[in-house]
Amino acid sequence: MKRAVKVTVNGKAYAHEVEPRLLLVHYIRDMLGLTGTHVGCDTSNCGACTILINGRAVKSCTLLAVQAEGASIQTVEGLATDGKLHPIQEGFWEEHGLQCGFCTPGMMLTAVDLLQRNPDPTEEQIRMGIEGNLCRCTGYQHIVNSIQHAARKMRGAAGRATPR
Amino acid sequence: MIPAAFEYFSPQSVKEAIGLLEKHGDDAKILAGGHSLLPIMKLRLAQPKVIVDIGRISGLSGIKADGQKVAIGALTTHDAIERDAVLKEKCPLLAETAAVIGDMQVRNRGTIGGSAAHADPAADYPAALLALGAEIVAIGPKGTRTIPAGEFFVEMLTTALKPTEIITELRVPVLARGTGAAYQKHPHPASGYAVVGVAAVVTMSGGKCQSAAIGVTGVAGKPYRATAVEKALIGQSLDETTAAKAAAHAAEGVDPQGDLYASGQFRAHLASVYTKRAVLLAASRAK
Amino acid sequence: MAVSKLFGAKIKRREDPRLITGRATYTDDMQISGLAYAEIVRSPHAHARIKRIDVEAARRQPGVVAVFTGKDLQGVINPIPTAWLIPNADLKTPPHPALAVDTVRYVGDGVAVVVAEDRYAARDAAAQVRVDYEILPAVVDQQQAMAAGAPLLHADVPNNQAFKWALGNGEATAAAFKEAARDGVVIAQRFLNQRLIPNAMETRSVVARYNSGSGDLTVWYTTQNPHIARFLMSVVTGLPEHKIRIVAPEVGGGFGSKIPFYADEAIVVFCARKTGRPVKWTEDRRENYLTTIHGRDHITDLEVAARRDGTITALRGKTWANLGAYLSTAGPGIPTILHGLMLTGCYTIPNLDYVVYGVFTNTTPVDAYRGAGRPEATYLIERIVDLVAAKLTLDPADVRRKNFIPPDKFPYTSAEGLAYDSGNYGPALDKALAAVDYRRLREEQKRGPRNGKLLGIGLSTYVEICGLGPSSVVGSTGFQGGLWESAVVRLHPTAKATVFTGTSPHGQGEETTFAQVVADELGLPIDDIEVVHGDTAAVPMGWGTYGSRTTVVGGAAIVLAARRVREKAAKIAAHLLEAAEKDIVFDQGRFYVRGSPDKAKTIQEVTLQAYLAWNLPPGVEPALEASAFYDPTNFTFPFGSHVAVVEVDAETGQVALKRYVAIDDCGRVINPLIVDGQVHGGLVQGIAQALYEGAAYGRDGQLITGTMADYAVPKAHMFPTFETGRTETPSPHNPLGVKGVGETGTIASTPAVVNAVADALRSYGITTHLDMPLTPERAWNAIHGQRREVKAR
Repeated sequence: MKRAVKVTVNGKAYAHEVEPRLLLVHYIRDMLGLTGTHVGCDTSNCGACTILINGRAVKSCTLLAVQAEGASIQTVEGLATDGKLHPIQEGFWEEHGLQCGFCTPGMMLTAVDLLQRNPDPTEEQIRMGIEGNLCRCTGYQHIVNSIQHAARKMRGAAGRATPR
Repeated sequence: MIPAAFEYFSPQSVKEAIGLLEKHGDDAKILAGGHSLLPIMKLRLAQPKVIVDIGRISGLSGIKADGQKVAIGALTTHDAIERDAVLKEKCPLLAETAAVIGDMQVRNRGTIGGSAAHADPAADYPAALLALGAEIVAIGPKGTRTIPAGEFFVEMLTTALKPTEIITELRVPVLARGTGAAYQKHPHPASGYAVVGVAAVVTMSGGKCQSAAIGVTGVAGKPYRATAVEKALIGQSLDETTAAKAAAHAAEGVDPQGDLYASGQFRAHLASVYTKRAVLLAASRAK
Repeated sequence: MAVSKLFGAKIKRREDPRLITGRATYTDDMQISGLAYAEIVRSPHAHARIKRIDVEAARRQPGVVAVFTGKDLQGVINPIPTAWLIPNADLKTPPHPALAVDTVRYVGDGVAVVVAEDRYAARDAAAQVRVDYEILPAVVDQQQAMAAGAPLLHADVPNNQAFKWALGNGEATAAAFKEAARDGVVIAQRFLNQRLIPNAMETRSVVARYNSGSGDLTVWYTTQNPHIARFLMSVVTGLPEHKIRIVAPEVGGGFGSKIPFYADEAIVVFCARKTGRPVKWTEDRRENYLTTIHGRDHITDLEVAARRDGTITALRGKTWANLGAYLSTAGPGIPTILHGLMLTGCYTIPNLDYVVYGVFTNTTPVDAYRGAGRPEATYLIERIVDLVAAKLTLDPADVRRKNFIPPDKFPYTSAEGLAYDSGNYGPALDKALAAVDYRRLREEQKRGPRNGKLLGIGLSTYVEICGLGPSSVVGSTGFQGGLWESAVVRLHPTAKATVFTGTSPHGQGEETTFAQVVADELGLPIDDIEVVHGDTAAVPMGWGTYGSRTTVVGGAAIVLAARRVREKAAKIAAHLLEAAEKDIVFDQGRFYVRGSPDKAKTIQEVTLQAYLAWNLPPGVEPALEASAFYDPTNFTFPFGSHVAVVEVDAETGQVALKRYVAIDDCGRVINPLIVDGQVHGGLVQGIAQALYEGAAYGRDGQLITGTMADYAVPKAHMFPTFETGRTETPSPHNPLGVKGVGETGTIASTPAVVNAVADALRSYGITTHLDMPLTPERAWNAIHGQRREVKAR
């Protein structure tokens, strides 16, 4: 029996009837057509499917769509606003943080959560922070640089926004 | 990668949830955060006919100090436990353990109740829960009962919970003055689960170990208290040599499990090393 | 050559905007109206006879469109071929049916396929296909498979021996060993290059659409080489090549695993034709581990002969290469041509005697995984050079220097018969040792363990065969294709350019590097250049992306095509400027008469005139476009020196990689940012072979490392920041002077790390041989086995 699910994805409200077993990642990819969120494994190890639910990075392959009922979801498609790249996207572009690009959306969304918690992470904290995201291309070094780039940029922006 | 079909319920109250469990018996599985259950359902290693999603029941998450105990709601995420100020002050061992579970995304979603109920023999929490002498509070058709951690983990993937019971909260003691605790883990390079995980709670007095509780996970078919180590520690002034000597008993009386990564024999060795390290770190924190 | 502007510049990648915004289209992202989904039913047994398949229950499942078995494919889908028929090796090529008909030979062998309305229905129905198996004894180890009485996989392949391939000079080598036994040293060691799983983050996926009206077949799929795929698709399906279009959309990594032509794509095409529906099939990761090719899996017995001064005089050995249950597309060529020909590495080792047995086992087929044969060879030579140094108590750096091919010997013909194009190995080693402060580390090591940690320093000085490759040479090795490359450079009337390449990059960044090259050659802004690849309908021909060939061979084709465009443009410019062509100078996009730079025609003006064709010189055709088909005259031979510094925790055996210095020479560098990225990625894969990765089978043929929770794809925190640097020795025969860099990291790093761990143990008197991956238990056993207590310092 199908269940109603209502979610907000990248600021847009959606309502569907879904099979309870439908994985959130399949809901996002196949029903909403947002294919920037990828599937890389079956066992919650690779992190390619990482999205933000209510601001927190989670693996959308390890959630049923019905569990997301009422949630606010952000996917890679929602990172840039008004055609302007998010600092994490800029970081990945500037620092060559991606090669094949398959892990990149999940990696960036994990980094967004990481930087929310810790705006000035050390290299070690970044490397530990992305332990749930596997990349087979980059050797991670440029990803670390990308996240550091974004961190600087976001701290700078936050600094400017802070009233004196 | 796709679970088999099931009937889905998302009860709004514990009572409603228990009613569903009573009705569906062994066909039903409880879904909390989903991070233990869904992976095995996706591989179709588990194919429950009924899912009771307790994620929408209010009042099952949150951390609060309650006299000499800290109560942690079953649906509290690992992330919340890792970052909770009350726990950091009153029972930092649990926060320290939560911080090394899985990865950030898993910690954002996985719950302590779900992890405990799943009883993976390589999960991290059980070591800490055993060493702390935690209590697991469960509610069922006949009301609430409190299960000591030492009786909770029965065997691999099996707990003392009845099919109709739901964990509502876990209670851990506030660490007394003079007591230090530490969790030391050797993570599996792929899964991140504990190849060996040792939680040590050590009380020092006058430079000697007054009491010790050692919880070990990952080594045997179920988590256990390393009682021989505990005994050997008492009365010792803890240094590298005395701690190592006591820790040599870390896998005594258990049957260490081997796998491709580490044989049973090597696991037993690692248990000793990580026990020593956890004990020394805990002792250094005992103030 | 014109002054370069973009060659050598750190240009941000032009493929990135679509990738970082989630707007790229990978195969599984494809949506076509009427799309159905396929699920392949696979054998749970490593070796079994199929007694009966019952598909009726599956057919009755809701949403099922069709169910097919191997019998349905018989006579319609031809066996899956191998494309590397190595000569003089008595190669056996038993048939490989796309779906098994009577026998399954590895866990994952396909037995049936279900087509349904969605993924979920397909999976459910697949679970309802009932297969009765008669389980047969299985064999997974290649030496056991060759032993008398071992289960036979293929009726007409005795001893499961697919081939026996030999190289070298047995007599001269025997003489060298005799001499060394008398006056020098002989060392023998068994080495294992364990089986690895490639783990491209995107699993394989196929979308096939067949138009029964036109007879056109379009297949979007995860391939590194769409034109080879088209050719093989034609062979396997019987459809004519010109009616097949293969598109490699965005491809999420390959590392060799997306080179082969798999049974699965033929099955999906069959389903699309039979059902009249477009059909999508996407592997899940567990399926990927079972059915996408694996890499490595060699057992090698190797001997080395050396003089007392460390001069190596001969190598002799045997390798048993596990090929899996069937010959994959390039399967036979990897452990022979790409492996054996590299054994002597960067050293003047005059004598070689080497035999490789290719063996069938009840395991997943083995083919090219990043480096493909060359990492295995580098591991052997770099490990055994260290053993020579240890035996003679010489510094491993000195032994390497002593045996390096001297710079004045290039081009150098190796004992294997290859002509190394250029090299200068000493400076790369010096630079690496200086970067790591080798002397200080050795002194530090002499002071003994600190905090129970053993310090180890490991070297790897490597050379590799890249830029595959001259067609006549690869043809002589039995490769059933050429390895030249095509390019088309097309200027449009507004002087925007489309560049077509027959290579098929999938992360390597050539949409950027190729644009840099063309921008320089034609003086165009880089944003005016688009690089198109991966579509057989758009690109004339090509052989794909692998073997560090894309920039080397594909880039050369592009530069030649661009120069042809420029020559034609110069003719038109001369005509417009009323000057002789020989007097025309081209600089930064402007044509002018020598000495009069103010009076110029820009490339944009000339291009427009080429298309208007109002005033073209006699004999010059309209439009501005050129193609080139570049066949390299030789391979390229990148080289370098890597140093790994490790600490081994004597208490747990845990190895910590503390530093890693990589000095690589890949010839000229077009984009340093991209080259660094290639090196980093390669390093992680090579280091992970040393420390973490390894596929393992049970004796029954079940894959024990069947998921990412079991098989350790390495994580970010397992590595230090790599310290990279370069020397630059251009390839003399390549028009761009490039040598390729896609595989260097993988080829070099594995032995560097293992040498470092062995060095750490040796510094403490422990000489036990270790096999990869160097898990804590293995290192600890080595330490513990020799009963050494590590004292605190």
